[in-house]
Amino acid sequence: MSTEAPLKATPTTQKQLERVTIRFAGDSGDGMQLTGTQFTKNAAAFGNDISTFPDYPAEIRAPAGSLPGVSGFQLSFSSTDIHTPGDAPDVLVAMNPAALKANLGELPAGGALIVNEDAFTPGNLQKVGYASNPLGDGSLKQWNLFSVPVSTLNSRALEGLGLTNKQVDLTKNFFALGLMFWLYERDMAATVSWIDDKFKKRPEIAEGNKRALKAGYNFGETTEIFHERYVVPPAKLRPGHYRNITGNEATALGMVAASQLAERPIFYGSYPITPASDILHQLAGYKNFGVKTFQAEDEIAAVGAAIGASYGGAMGLTASSGPGIALKTEAMGLAVMVELPLVVIDVQRAGPSTGMPTKTEQGDLLQVLFGRNGESPLVVLAPATPAECFTFAIEAWRIALKYMTPVVYMSDAFLANGAEPWRIPNLADLSSIAVPNRTAREGFYPYLRDETTLARPWALPGTPGLEHRIGGLEKADVMGNVSYDPDNHHRMTLLRQAKIDGIAADIPPLEVHGPAEGDLLVLGWGSTYGAIRSAVKRLQDRGASIAHAHLRYLNPLPENVGDVLKAYKRVLIPELNLGQLRMLIRARYLIDAIGYNRVRGKPFRIAELEAEAVRVLATLGVTIA
Amino acid sequence: MTDTITGADNGAGNGAAATLPELPVLTRKDFVSDQEVRWCPGCGDYSILAQTQKVMPDFGYPKENIVFISGIGCSGRLPYYMNTYGFHTIHGRAPAIATGLKAARPDLMVWVITGDGDALSIGGNHLIHSLRRNVDVRIIMFNNRIYGLTKGQASPTSELGKITKSSPYGTVDFPISPLAIALAAEATFIARSVDTFTEHMQATLNAAGNHHGSTFVEVLQNCNIFNDGAHREFTDREVREDRTVVLEHGKPMIFGKDRNKGIRLAGHQPEVVTIGENGITEADILVHDETDPLIAFMLAHIYWPEFPVPVGVLRRVSRPTHHQMLVDQLAQATATRGAGDLTKLLNSGETWKVE
Ligand code: SF4
Repeated sequence: MSTEAPLKATPTTQKQLERVTIRFAGDSGDGMQLTGTQFTKNAAAFGNDISTFPDYPAEIRAPAGSLPGVSGFQLSFSSTDIHTPGDAPDVLVAMNPAALKANLGELPAGGALIVNEDAFTPGNLQKVGYASNPLGDGSLKQWNLFSVPVSTLNSRALEGLGLTNKQVDLTKNFFALGLMFWLYERDMAATVSWIDDKFKKRPEIAEGNKRALKAGYNFGETTEIFHERYVVPPAKLRPGHYRNITGNEATALGMVAASQLAERPIFYGSYPITPASDILHQLAGYKNFGVKTFQAEDEIAAVGAAIGASYGGAMGLTASSGPGIALKTEAMGLAVMVELPLVVIDVQRAGPSTGMPTKTEQGDLLQVLFGRNGESPLVVLAPATPAECFTFAIEAWRIALKYMTPVVYMSDAFLANGAEPWRIPNLADLSSIAVPNRTAREGFYPYLRDETTLARPWALPGTPGLEHRIGGLEKADVMGNVSYDPDNHHRMTLLRQAKIDGIAADIPPLEVHGPAEGDLLVLGWGSTYGAIRSAVKRLQDRGASIAHAHLRYLNPLPENVGDVLKAYKRVLIPELNLGQLRMLIRARYLIDAIGYNRVRGKPFRIAELEAEAVRVLATLGVTIA
Repeated sequence: MTDTITGADNGAGNGAAATLPELPVLTRKDFVSDQEVRWCPGCGDYSILAQTQKVMPDFGYPKENIVFISGIGCSGRLPYYMNTYGFHTIHGRAPAIATGLKAARPDLMVWVITGDGDALSIGGNHLIHSLRRNVDVRIIMFNNRIYGLTKGQASPTSELGKITKSSPYGTVDFPISPLAIALAAEATFIARSVDTFTEHMQATLNAAGNHHGSTFVEVLQNCNIFNDGAHREFTDREVREDRTVVLEHGKPMIFGKDRNKGIRLAGHQPEVVTIGENGITEADILVHDETDPLIAFMLAHIYWPEFPVPVGVLRRVSRPTHHQMLVDQLAQATATRGAGDLTKLLNSGETWKVE
């Protein structure tokens, strides 16, 4: 492999780092997601703790070289425990001027900037409004710029393979990947075998990609541009078997596990919607696990079919994002009324309306809690990390089956697509969530409730002697016949509420990271866990009296929430909405919680939460060193 | 994990009566629930209920394996009166709920009871998709051409210009043809009957119950409170023979008190002719073929007063059913890949070990 770069006169030095955050950015056709994923796999297999965040455009093919067409993938890898994909990159790899322009603002001064100088043509520069070439006009002085003719070097490396220009161009992301592998002293064998496997049927393409990868690596090795290489040693993770997992993957796997633990088949009704569709794609492949999937005509039919399946004794499951949840609302009310188990996954995205489909937000909390007619209580859960998506899928079903109730499972675009290493659980450690069907005729009434759980019996069609009718009309307590009796409606409304409220006794208490009392409690829910946890940790290290608590159960709330909140002088609730949890907390506990709210379609940065906590502490007269 | 759910330990794998030992002989009375029927006195729904209860024993299903699912409207109350399993759902969504139930429980015989507003307005999307998927569910649509439960607004089958509470100056909406919709959606069984044609309705419901696949039956029903006499012009006892044509597979479309009128094709246009006039003989009359899409299309579009109203089975064809294809896919996936092993699945992809 020759790259024509002069051999190094001075040897490269090596530096050890605790953590590095890289952002790969390019055109959506440049393969940046693939590049990022490959680097992630490598880092994970090496033993680093990792966290990733893909950031891709809503348009499948935005115009090439345009700002809306920029696709990014950020990953953080570390030798210590990490919770977020990093606030800002240490290294930005920009494959064209649009990628540079869209991402430069987030690269701190002094950060490394690796660009494909071949893409900085007058046409590409003009497309994104650069009057002059930033690579040459000195405007990038504050960064550590490495300008590499990626396209030229890459096509030279692939000469003689007989690939078309277009095919050659498509391999240049592997050049960039190879260079990064060199820079961080990584072994490329796994990526090489991945390429061989992926392009089994097209050996010439496989060869092209491998040559590109090695050319990138060799370029680092031989050129004089880079004087330092970096090593991020493995992290000390809990012993066990690991794999890398996104929230959506963990959700789908968790649903299959729940099915086995409940000894009932999953029926998944769904309508395609970003960012939830991957769950459908994944579950559709699990037919040998007894999973039936149904791509419905619309969101309403998706949830309707799931309810029908639950009525028949299966585990009726549906998923969507905010706009689709809005459409499912009426049917969710039906599930509340007929008291059938149902799990509804809401992978939240920026709203209202179509909003920003690929961007994250926590704007649906009040929608799922209150967005139905009448008094319509149901259970709401929110896993905090991609790995938790697995356990909470099982937990959602445990509650739905035991209490005969719909459960909403809240994820979001960040959680769904972000990845982290996942310690694969041992199935023997998971407990059964199976519930019996009602078969005894003696004393059967459709709304005769279990004394502890208040659940009504699940009497499946096909059971002799238990023929009965259910429906959306109010039913007489116990007997289950249609009833318009005023006192009965009042009683049934209270019973439905009491059933959900009672679940509080069957869930773990809210856990606190940090002192049990003190100046400030930061309370969060959902995917903001990592950023809050890291910010609070930093302030604890700086000597602040601060703790973090994260709600996984939004309805009912754990029984100790009030006591936890009252043990701190101030409560700060950061949310990617305008204060929905805060509204609930204030109303329920009469605590003057402070909000920190941003709806930028992006996850919180650790630094902004840290700064906000410092500001709140200052109101108590506390200054932090 | 169980792939097959049944209601109980009755060992019924697929619910066909034949697999059950000593099925007691059921009668109409077995299908009458203890609920007081609450439709308006004189409503056509009573007759539909009675005929439905009457034909139920014919199918050989134990009554616990029969489910009636309804939407919203006067028709939606029917499940309460059937001593089977019943689910009174929400407006227009019954076909979707039935689709999920049948997919999860192929052993059940599932019926959907709906009305013209429920099926064709708010639930139009679910109707066409359950029909096109060939979901093995029998959809009985009561067509009274009005909204009854909400007290008399125009429905999607109300005639153009109809004066109702919601259209004091007359509607400006053309009506939809339920059978044409069912045909466009490729339902595998399409039929029409009339609330007062009791024997015909029994025969039609019987044929519907014995079909496997998406079954759509329009029952012309009289709402004597809000749209009395909507179908009278061709269903009244004195005129019905002259103004309706009873379809029978393989038989010529002959009708009339004197059995001397028929439908003939002139080119691709249907016309009403009289046998014995202008040299017309029975041989000129179009023979009904339940499998012919063009005949079905023609029959779905002719109506009184230009033509006699066709009643009976317009179309009956065989196609694989939705639940069967789903079940087959599961079986095939299991055959080729083995029963799902969760431990293996969780450990799939690239994994690594931390000591
Ligand atoms: S309103 Fe009409 S359709 Fe409804 S029950 Fe009364 S008569 Fe029958």
